[in-house]
Amino acid sequence: MKILVCVSNVPDTTTKITFTDNNTQFNTNGVQFILNPYDEIALSRAIELTDGGKGTVTVINVGEVNTEATIRKALAIGATDAVRINAKAHDAWYVAFQIAQYVKANPFDLILTGRESIDYNGSKVAGMLGELLDLPSVSIIKKLDAADSEATVEREIEGGKEVLTIPYPFVAGAAEGVAEPKIPNMRGIMSARTKPLTVIEPVEVKTFSDIISYETLAPRGQVTLVPAADTAKLVDLLHTEARVI
Amino acid sequence: MSVLIYAENAGGTFKKSIFEAVSYAKAIADQNNTNLIAISIGNVSAGELASLGKYGAQKVLNVSGDKLKNFVNQAYASVIAEAAKKEGANIVVLSNTFSGRGLAPRIGVKLEAGVADGAVALPEQNGGKFTVKKTAFSGKAFAIVELSSANKVIALVPNSYKVVETGGSAQIEDFAAETKESDFKAMIKEIVRSTDKVSLPDAEIVVSAGRGLKGPENWGMVEELAGLLGAATACSKPVSDAGWRPHSEHVGQTGIAVSPNLYIAIGISGAIQHLAGISSSKVIVVINKDPEAPFFKVADYGIVGDAFEVVPQLIAAVKAYKASA
Ligand SMILES: Cc1cc2nc3c(=O)[nH]c(=O)nc-3n(C[C@H](O)[C@H](O)[C@H](O)COP(=O)(O)OP(=O)(O)OC[C@H]3O[C@@H](n4cnc5c(N)ncnc54)[C@H](O)[C@@H]3O)c2cc1C
Ligand SMILES: Nc1ncnc2c1ncn2[C@@H]1O[C@H](COP(=O)(O)O)[C@@H](O)[C@H]1O
Repeated sequence: MKILVCVSNVPDTTTKITFTDNNTQFNTNGVQFILNPYDEIALSRAIELTDGGKGTVTVINVGEVNTEATIRKALAIGATDAVRINAKAHDAWYVAFQIAQYVKANPFDLILTGRESIDYNGSKVAGMLGELLDLPSVSIIKKLDAADSEATVEREIEGGKEVLTIPYPFVAGAAEGVAEPKIPNMRGIMSARTKPLTVIEPVEVKTFSDIISYETLAPRGQVTLVPAADTAKLVDLLHTEARVI
Repeated sequence: MSVLIYAENAGGTFKKSIFEAVSYAKAIADQNNTNLIAISIGNVSAGELASLGKYGAQKVLNVSGDKLKNFVNQAYASVIAEAAKKEGANIVVLSNTFSGRGLAPRIGVKLEAGVADGAVALPEQNGGKFTVKKTAFSGKAFAIVELSSANKVIALVPNSYKVVETGGSAQIEDFAAETKESDFKAMIKEIVRSTDKVSLPDAEIVVSAGRGLKGPENWGMVEELAGLLGAATACSKPVSDAGWRPHSEHVGQTGIAVSPNLYIAIGISGAIQHLAGISSSKVIVVINKDPEAPFFKVADYGIVGDAFEVVPQLIAAVKAYKASA
């Protein structure tokens, strides 16, 4: 089985998010970038499914040269090889279009993404790839079992779940539950340096959306502390002051 | 030109998040002096379809029949995009539900439309610019996205826009959608719906607990409090990682983002990754035995105390309040 895992390079989860240039630019000063946690889950499942010579795992990223540390991390975790499409990831549409071009020339049995990137949270790349390649897509999956000609996936719905069978090839976005994230070992880290990383140039794409500015969250007021022995007071405040019950 | 809203049903009925999305779509139609058309797919009763009129849909396109009875992402996207083209709708609105998040990107590609997922406010339209405010950085900030394409797809976050009754009525029309076989490759084997529990993404009140509760056997009081308040239950990441609670309850940066009216956090420290997913809650109550817990810094109300004493008392106080109301 040939699996493609789409990986993105995102700010570490502990990052305090700030902006510069009149709130038009994300302030990357001092920010550490990591492999998107959901992509790590997707990659870990792909490695499990191909373990023991049952296939290959290619990781692909749309990004400039500064994303290579993240790509090497994916190789250290156990991907077979990597592709970087040398361009700034403008938006999900741009990313999906570039990856779809690559897949049209290099078919895969299974294409995995993370359920969302933790910076822009679109959950869009999987669905867009599915549409561009005319393949089924499930944007958020909780479980993935692979048989020879089809896979069984579980997806969450509000207040429940759905179980689906899908023939290969298809696209799915991995969420928690799909796999335990794998940690690279020493051998993985050593071999990652010599695994193939192919850099290709982007194709031209129309632009449909742009982020023009950012807003930070409105600060909250001071906390009102209620004595532990007076829970009735809390209930009263929630009813009369906050008006939420 | 018109606005098309996809009214997703859950087992044949529309939830509040759909009425929010219809109200939101109606406001966008009003901004553009145009009309609002709704589309429903699956087997939904005439009475239920008509209810969309109350929130501003002038017309409801009804796509029924066994083939499209259950949600198939690819096929539903084809039907909605086809309806948008036939009706000349250049703005398609969805609710940012699990299914909505599967549909929006596919519809976007079909219509060559910019997609604003996770919208939290009405679009602004100034000097030919169409911008939408959306969540970004997992709830730590917002991004203002300009959609420059002629067609646009917007997915509204549940609980971020108020339901508005216009008192109108809708005309219901059958819509015969052409579907192609290749849209039905994904097959549903099983749908499990728990009807007795409030679903977390669209809950108005959430009662959440963390590692401070020590073990899964202590969740009885969390469920009891949630039951009394008509709330959904949630938890921090280590709690679901340890298998005390299901992954579907984990909120935060790498879990579900929620924006309820009231979020009650019990025995949760308030790590930045947890706060990311809950910071758009309208009112936050924190119960923690450590007065230095970071969660108190973002709380509206707090009780410093032992959860095993405070929560049972709070349950009693809520019962007393309900008995007197
Ligand atoms: C990549 C990454 C992603 C992450 N994503 C998430 C995420 O999405 N969501 C998330 O929640 N976390 C996430 N985390 C984990 C996060 O950093 C914290 O570790 C986690 O939120 C802590 O959970 P907790 O508050 O339940 O436990 P703890 O930090 O152990 O806090 C327990 C709290 O309970 C209090 N307590 C103890 N006993 C009692 C008692 N008897 N009565 C009252 N209070 C009591 C303590 O004072 C303490 O404040 C992530 C971490 C990483 C590295
Ligand atoms: N620049 C990128 N390069 C490769 N894959 C990406 C990129 N950005 C996002 N993805 C993939 O798409 C998924 C969803 O991203 P998003 O649609 O931005 O939420 C991520 O989890 C990745 O798997």
